[in-house]
Amino acid sequence: MAQIYLPERTDIESRAQRPPVPNLPNSKNTQNQQRYLKRSDTLVIVLLVGVTALIIAGASRATVHTRSVTISLSPFILPLYAGYSLLRMIVAYIISLVFTLVYGHIAATNKTAQRFMIPILDILQSIPILSFLPSVVLTLVALFPHSSIGVELAAAILIFTSQAWNMTFSFYHSASTIPAELQEAAVIYRLSPWRRFLKLEVAYSMIGLIWNSMMSWAGGWFFLVAAEQLTLGSQSYQLPGLGSYIQVAANQGNITAMAYGLFTLVAMIVLLDILLWRPIVAWADKFKFEMAKSTETPSSPVLDLLQRSRTLETMQIKIIRPTQDFLSALLDKLFPAQKPAGNSPRSPRQTVSLDKIAGWIVTAALICAGIIGLFQAARLLMQVRPVEWLALLGMDSLTLLRTFLAMAISFVWAVPAGTAIGMNPNLSRRLQPIVQVVASIPATALFPIILLLALQLPAGINVAAIILMLLGTQWYVLFNVIAGAMAIPTDLREAAQNFHVVGWRRWKVLIFPAIFPYLVTGMITASGGAWNASIVAEYVQFGGKTFIAPGLGSSIAQAAASGSIPILLASTLLMAATVVTINRLVWRRLYKLAERRFTLA
Amino acid sequence: MALNNSRKIETPSQVVILEAAGIYKSYVNQTGAKADTQATTVLENIQLQIHDGEFVAILGPSGSGKSTLLRILSGLIPSSRGEIRYHGQTVSGPNSHVAIVFQTFALFPWLTVLENVELGLESQPEISKTQRMKKSLNVIDLIGLDGFEDAYPKELSGGMRQRVGFARALVVEPEILFMDEPFSALDVLTAGNLRTELMRLWRERKIPTKSIVMVTHNIEESVLMADKIVVMGHDPGRVRAVLPGIAIQERGKKSPESEALIDLVYTIITQPDEDADEIIAARMQKSAPAQKSAVKTSRSYQFLPHIQISTLNGLAELIARRGGKEDLSVLGRELQMEIDDLLPLVEAFEILGFGEATEGDLILTAEGQRLAEGSELEDKEIFREQALRYVELIRMIQQMLDKDARREVGEDAILSKLQEYFTEDEARRQLDTAVSWGRYAELFAYDNESGLLYLEDTAPAQEQ
Repeated sequence: MAQIYLPERTDIESRAQRPPVPNLPNSKNTQNQQRYLKRSDTLVIVLLVGVTALIIAGASRATVHTRSVTISLSPFILPLYAGYSLLRMIVAYIISLVFTLVYGHIAATNKTAQRFMIPILDILQSIPILSFLPSVVLTLVALFPHSSIGVELAAAILIFTSQAWNMTFSFYHSASTIPAELQEAAVIYRLSPWRRFLKLEVAYSMIGLIWNSMMSWAGGWFFLVAAEQLTLGSQSYQLPGLGSYIQVAANQGNITAMAYGLFTLVAMIVLLDILLWRPIVAWADKFKFEMAKSTETPSSPVLDLLQRSRTLETMQIKIIRPTQDFLSALLDKLFPAQKPAGNSPRSPRQTVSLDKIAGWIVTAALICAGIIGLFQAARLLMQVRPVEWLALLGMDSLTLLRTFLAMAISFVWAVPAGTAIGMNPNLSRRLQPIVQVVASIPATALFPIILLLALQLPAGINVAAIILMLLGTQWYVLFNVIAGAMAIPTDLREAAQNFHVVGWRRWKVLIFPAIFPYLVTGMITASGGAWNASIVAEYVQFGGKTFIAPGLGSSIAQAAASGSIPILLASTLLMAATVVTINRLVWRRLYKLAERRFTLA
Repeated sequence: MALNNSRKIETPSQVVILEAAGIYKSYVNQTGAKADTQATTVLENIQLQIHDGEFVAILGPSGSGKSTLLRILSGLIPSSRGEIRYHGQTVSGPNSHVAIVFQTFALFPWLTVLENVELGLESQPEISKTQRMKKSLNVIDLIGLDGFEDAYPKELSGGMRQRVGFARALVVEPEILFMDEPFSALDVLTAGNLRTELMRLWRERKIPTKSIVMVTHNIEESVLMADKIVVMGHDPGRVRAVLPGIAIQERGKKSPESEALIDLVYTIITQPDEDADEIIAARMQKSAPAQKSAVKTSRSYQFLPHIQISTLNGLAELIARRGGKEDLSVLGRELQMEIDDLLPLVEAFEILGFGEATEGDLILTAEGQRLAEGSELEDKEIFREQALRYVELIRMIQQMLDKDARREVGEDAILSKLQEYFTEDEARRQLDTAVSWGRYAELFAYDNESGLLYLEDTAPAQEQ
């Protein structure tokens, strides 16, 4: 399920056409140049020290920690909490990336494995992840009773499950659509397996992988905040971090602390964008698989600084290059290139590669896991009575109504706003960065604040639940509509103007058809997100009280809190089934229609 | 100076480097759940020898499997039957003595020119890093790319990119150089320039390559470059003729030899159902035009060339202005059409009875004349008559529509019938062409959404 509609690979970047970054003064004055070098060196050193400190701090804490953590609300501890949260994200992201590369590579290169692996991935991404959090936490806490490792692992796994699927899909898709002639060139020039993997598969997938990483990272924050503070029945588990800080502050009604926490979170997200993602996007521009030189290339002042840094250059020559050479020599030894055919006759049987064996092992493991899982599930589901099933179905329709409302609201405001932004270059230049920052605030972090306000209203929890769903999903619609509106060809717009197609007719003839594929993609993603969000939105513990909005999400959360595993499983499966059914019946059809009729070729 | 190095002066070597012996290639059609799978034959009984010192051009229309043959020769894909022999020994798998220059260049956009060139050497551990760099820079120099070592392919023009493709192939010092339509993605002038430079390197022995095999659909190009021209035909892909090239001194001029060879190749290619040997024999004796053999090689099902009606009309008008007859090689040169573009047009003329290709000329029939002179409405009328008379697929659709009570037919029924003869993709293209012709002739209408063909006056009770 792509999160942004991509008519072509090269359109990926059009989603977030970054505002033009002011160019660095291009002075020929050497003194000026030298000052730059010094400043950039300071930056590099500070960054290196910071990252090292972060890792050490994380490692030392893991040993000292006991389960009952008290979250301090002092603003001075916020940098440390932010560091913990960031570290959790980094660990989860690395796991996601490794999973993506391994799983995607096998699925793209092994036909047999592919037949199982892609449907499994499809199912995994339709499952509401949040419903598994309680059971995962319980299991892992039981496994590591005397340290916080269990809770930490649970958080990492939760974030991983929110990050991995779209990245894996993107990598698999790219790796399996590498142009035939490039693959042939790789064979004819005998690239060794690891060179092929790095220089062809990963390189070809790089752009998609990076954009999906950014999306995954944004999704990760949402779950990080949910994972840091958990209440299961009478027990509560806490991990020191930004998410728990904000929640504790909200629970105590401490507005100042909440503001501090939110500010830190936003600041960290923005900094990461400037220091990490933008440089990466600018660097990755060379991986774009297009031969035309694009007029607008992404740029990043940070990347420019890094590339001009002398320290980095020395490191490159003294450390990185020798390491690279050593590694490639090692890899060449480990995975030698295929023996040349040449004069010696060679049977093709010998080419049964490690890939194939690995593929078979993975397939076998998956089948075993599947059988065991099915058996367990059946045993549990037998315990759910028909009346309970019926009740769950009722709850299901209530949540369906809520998601529908949330999506309707997204549609009503995001389509006009997105079209306005997308069709007006000035507006989009000015508003896009703001929208991106606002959208990057994880809804779960805002939730306590919304609760504080909404619970004053009658049926407050219902309103709050819909708002949370909305917060988590409207951006997908908005970003897609912006991308769609930006992609409307100028000549079509001019033609519409020339023939006086205005007002409603303009929407009907020009805008809706043009943005339709983008809109559908946005709605698909939003729909899945809304269902998932219902689990945290419909069942809230706040200020010592529990608020419940009847629905499937609250059923899941309640079942988890009371430890009734059969109901938890039944409701989770029901939700997954609902999401998949809606996707198949509504969204996929609309998507097909969009591809057939409304694609601007 | 001009002569001392040319290869043709030396006695042509009789050493066979690479040989295809009885190569067949077929793909299995999987038509849904049906148990019976049909195989489409792309190559049939290919015999081919590549000698030391020889430049071989493999020439043929699209669908003749020439690119497939190149890939089988290089070991990139296996053949279904037959053997590839390298220096007399049967080989399988990618041949490490072969380098390929690709039609789309197949450069790695994220690697610089130098890194792209070094790619092929990296798999040879016996070559040190410095040697690798030195060799690569030498070739880059030789091919005229110096100064561009650190550029990325996207910064280069098409011609410069293909130079990188050549440099990457030549740096591994292949015994045989394969080229898959290497100039077809370039504009005429750039292609000419690159051709000349390659021929210079080859003739002056600046490169250690022993022979070159080039796949092309450009007749002039093959006559200009090759010592041996292998003409292939389609349905199924097969070798129709192996013609000796002309002497190197005669190439590139308007010499009678080169004109005659170009004309002969055009004649062979535009008469796909004739026996090529008969055509050649007729030429040799300068006798009367070869009689059309009474029995045409029967094809399983009429193959519709994918031609737009407006192109057909345009060509008919052009030939009518020239007096109803024009030389195909003249047309090709004038309209900048290679045989892949021209041949389907000629086939469409013949199928619809608008023209005939004989002796390398396209001659309009009476209907063709009428088409050229008629107004838009008359054109439609003439086209409808001819299509109903001669086009099997359109006739079949018409009959199915007539039989159906509701005067509509689902495309799946037609596609599954076509898939008995064509691959899945080709069946789709055949139907698309028939639909576009049928729509133009106002014989039937087609709804893309539902995939339904129907008679105009009884539009299906669907939306629109």
